[in-house]
Amino acid sequence: MKVQILGTGCPKCKALHANAEAAVKALGVEAEIQKIEDIQEIIKFGVMMTPALAVDGQVKVVGKVASADEIKKYLQ
Amino acid sequence: MSAPVDVLRPDQRARGHALGGAIAVATLGAAVWWIVYSHLAQGAAWLTQSVLGLSSRSHLGSAVEFFLYEAPKVLMLLVLVVFSVGIVRTFFTPERTRAILAGKRESVGNVLAAGLGIVTPFCSCSAVPLFLGFVQSGVPLGVTFSFLIAAPMINEVAVVLLLGMFGPKITAIYFGTGLTVAILAGWIIGRLRMEKHLEPWVSAMSASDAAATESERLDWDGRLNAGRDAVREIVGKVWLFVVLGIAVGAGIHGYVPTNALAGLMGKSAWWSVPLAVLLGVPMYSNAAGIVPVVQALLGKGAALGTALAFMMSVIALSLPEMIILRKVLRPTLIGVFIAVVASGIVLVGYVFNLVM
Repeated sequence: MKVQILGTGCPKCKALHANAEAAVKALGVEAEIQKIEDIQEIIKFGVMMTPALAVDGQVKVVGKVASADEIKKYLQ
Repeated sequence: MSAPVDVLRPDQRARGHALGGAIAVATLGAAVWWIVYSHLAQGAAWLTQSVLGLSSRSHLGSAVEFFLYEAPKVLMLLVLVVFSVGIVRTFFTPERTRAILAGKRESVGNVLAAGLGIVTPFCSCSAVPLFLGFVQSGVPLGVTFSFLIAAPMINEVAVVLLLGMFGPKITAIYFGTGLTVAILAGWIIGRLRMEKHLEPWVSAMSASDAAATESERLDWDGRLNAGRDAVREIVGKVWLFVVLGIAVGAGIHGYVPTNALAGLMGKSAWWSVPLAVLLGVPMYSNAAGIVPVVQALLGKGAALGTALAFMMSVIALSLPEMIILRKVLRPTLIGVFIAVVASGIVLVGYVFNLVM
């Protein structure tokens, strides 16, 4: 599984990254967490609000810091 | 609830109970809120005079009473409005706004964009992806700018502070002139045909790159949560600015003699409006910190137009946002953007000094 955090490095993006890490750890799933900070890459996801989170290329969260519990839902 | 209960699935019934509970809590909360809010002035006077033993006519006493009244008042208004706006915003996603604006002609588009800029969720850190998303799907450049100008300038925090500290009349003036500046500045930028001043890779982007994300469907539970999250995030971020701003305002209120600023920021000083804007543009503060200070200045002889222009330029144009936008805009376009918006604000300042 591939989890991508889309965001240009604002504090909220870091918070989302940390929550995603916590979610992956708590579930014990095999997942690679990747940070995408390049704006041109972010745009390719069709995202207009950062931070965003995509699982296997599918955007799941847009424009908010989802909690670890919320992210868990998308990883199962 | 006349429907037979056994028609509802257990999860639906649970949701019904949750909604009923939420409504009860909200009603109770609103009642408590109103009782406290309507007694704030008495409370502040009582605390200052009876508990602290200060006279309202002394410098310190009037500053303390001002602070004890204004700080809780503005914070309470802030919680209420941010919560409501958080819910309203769940109905306006950037995707939906973009879909509305994509097919519009310029003039109509500018008006719509400025209006939608108020209700669509926006944070300056998302300015670039939003800008790209709009331009890519065929929203005209000038229309996109109307949105980008209105979104930060007319926001819920600014409206709360203006309403709480200046009253409805000045709030309406700020709202109306702010919208006008956003509409006209966007329209002018559109007329100037600035498309060639985008960074080359932006123009090279093809529309097919924009994959549509499906927005998540929200029920009322989700919308209430969004309101609560908005309160936690926005009030959590600005409460300190509010308190500091009101503290500075309270100091000015208590200690600066009335009319001390008439010569410096009054109507007779013609240069004060452009100077206020010039000072305001690079300054970065959200509405929360600046409005209480401006309110206090106004009480000491500053002219309304000058104060309004200062406030608008601080809130609408900021250095950090320009740096972020530099990723997609060439310096010429950034310069034009600042110049057009700043001229609009200066004009607003003069008009108000003239008529009020």
